[in-house]
Amino acid sequence: MILLQLLWAFVQVGAFSFGGGYAALPLIEEQVVKANHWLTAQEFTDIITISQMTPGPIAINSASFVGIRMGGIPGTLVATFGCILPSLIIVLLLSYFFFKYRNLRMVQGIVKGLRPGVVALIAASGYGLMATALWGDGPFRFAALDWFAVALFAAALVVLRKWKPNPIYVMVACGVVGALFYGLV
Amino acid sequence: MKKDLKFFWTLFISTFTLSAFTFGGGYVIVPLMRKKFVETLGWIDEEEMLDLIAIAQSAPGPIAVNSSIIIGYRLAGIPGALVTTFGTVLPPMVILSAISQFYTAFRDNVVVSLVLKGMGIGVAAVIVDVVYTMAKGVVKTKDALWIIVMCVALVVSLFTSVNVVFVILACGVIGAINVIAQDKKTGKGGKAA
Repeated sequence: MILLQLLWAFVQVGAFSFGGGYAALPLIEEQVVKANHWLTAQEFTDIITISQMTPGPIAINSASFVGIRMGGIPGTLVATFGCILPSLIIVLLLSYFFFKYRNLRMVQGIVKGLRPGVVALIAASGYGLMATALWGDGPFRFAALDWFAVALFAAALVVLRKWKPNPIYVMVACGVVGALFYGLV
Repeated sequence: MKKDLKFFWTLFISTFTLSAFTFGGGYVIVPLMRKKFVETLGWIDEEEMLDLIAIAQSAPGPIAVNSSIIIGYRLAGIPGALVTTFGTVLPPMVILSAISQFYTAFRDNVVVSLVLKGMGIGVAAVIVDVVYTMAKGVVKTKDALWIIVMCVALVVSLFTSVNVVFVILACGVIGAINVIAQDKKTGKGGKAA
């Protein structure tokens, strides 16, 4: 039963994450945190952190991680397979038609419509991550704001915008600074 | 190029090593794949590679996986696609499965949980940075339709519990209707002239 649930959850992640990279975030969050409660919001943030430090697409990383936790090795196989199944079918179909017609105006038009939607969904996910980091889960509460986290967040954002470093360095730096502050205070 | 075992092995090991040593997602691995298959192996020419990547990006799913599927298919049909996909998926699957085994013990360690807490702040900043850049791209199209779609989608996903899948489907439908509407307009223009 859990294997079927894993398969179905990650088929949806694979089938609807257009745009790559962070586009899968809101879908993974929906399936893994909101609909099935396989991970808490904190664990979800941890997975993203781990994904940034390990190779591979975040969708595959989450599928493997959640899969093995919920259903052992069969779980990780099923979840990962579910995640790539829509890609296999859709990309093979598109390739077939591409090599036949090389004209994908309709597909391009649909993708154009998806882009603003995907940006909005990633923004909503980002809001959730920001909430977890800055004031804990739930709606915004000024009293619950962690002022150190706000300062570190702002500093990280300025560095990212100004010097465009590899995000991994920014995250590791935040990890070290955060550990020192929270450990000593 | 002969489609023998050696060919399939090269195909597998190329995608496997690219996937195992590439940190930072699709936008990093795709240029490396281009380098491998266009420059090093010379199996695909430059222009066709761009087409293949465009298709990989118009399909849902991880770009690294999609790109490896279409490269494999282009080089050796469906067997080729299966080999490249397997090569791409295997490293993250093994690594994350291994990490999940000691993750709980790992995270319960005080120092690690403090580092993870700090890194969570960094991740939030990274995502906000990405969103800002992407949203700027949408605003720069100066097309009111897409800006409205973006704002409405944001409001819906922040303040309602509508499944994100429906938000994506709705945006795709709007994109399709837009193409049809444009075709109609240019069609009419053609008749009038």
